[in-house]
Amino acid sequence: MNPALDSKVQNVVRPDSSWGSLLQVGAKEVFLIMLQTELANLPKVEELTVTGDVTAMVGLAGALCGVMSIRCDERTAEKIAGRMLGSVGAVDPKDVPDAIAEVCNMVAGNFKSKITQLAEHCMLSVPTVIRGDDYEMVTVSDGDQITVGMAYDASPIWFCLAVHS
Amino acid sequence: MKRPRILIVDDSSVMRKIVERSLRQAGLELGDIVEAGNGIEALAAIREGAFDLILSDINMPAMDGIEFLRQLSTIEGAKGTPVVMVTTEGSESRVVEALSIGAKGYIRKPFTPDQIKERVSPLLEVLR
Repeated sequence: MNPALDSKVQNVVRPDSSWGSLLQVGAKEVFLIMLQTELANLPKVEELTVTGDVTAMVGLAGALCGVMSIRCDERTAEKIAGRMLGSVGAVDPKDVPDAIAEVCNMVAGNFKSKITQLAEHCMLSVPTVIRGDDYEMVTVSDGDQITVGMAYDASPIWFCLAVHS
Repeated sequence: MKRPRILIVDDSSVMRKIVERSLRQAGLELGDIVEAGNGIEALAAIREGAFDLILSDINMPAMDGIEFLRQLSTIEGAKGTPVVMVTTEGSESRVVEALSIGAKGYIRKPFTPDQIKERVSPLLEVLR
């Protein structure tokens, strides 16, 4: 058995009050390094609802079980893909979900690397992307949920960690 | 001097393009760059022709980077090919496992072109 999963029973990690900040820092670092772009704070974030027609998700297993997701609108996703690839003109539509998936993967990896017990004992799944103009994300488990909203090029982008209890 | 032939293995086509761009931005003299979407495709590419360097993700569907490394070591003529893992799997057991079965190093995503250059240059220098 993979040692990261073997440790699940022994070292279950629970979220604490620092995780929101760590998720924010982790996301900002990924955007700065891979897109050379600063994510900005979102004005009145507490009054906003998590929406967007592109969602990328990565599962976590081992010391922490849950799902990390990123959600934004299609136009923002296209801009992110273009920036990652250094594209001058239009982005190949095939690259958009791939780019968002990879950003989600890197944010999840960067976030868990900041928490010692997770860095050693938590595995990430291959990402999944959902696209559409009318869907709602529902977390069935009753565990904690951490949501961080920031702005990419003045448009909202949401980073959510749903932890399974 | 021979220009190195490089194989980039990642299930994300965007990430393969970024790795290739980073290699070119690093100012390295490069030969052919071939892409593969997982370990199975990578092994097929290797059977068709040798590479001087392989950059591989770990977490991939169909065949992950760890299994790819294991199978690579059984292919005659490919055993000595340096492999650098490019992964989100920061410091944990899977990276250690990859290093223990032959990977020459790893680069953690997110990465800068300088980090790619720093890790790859010494391996390409040996070819000179």
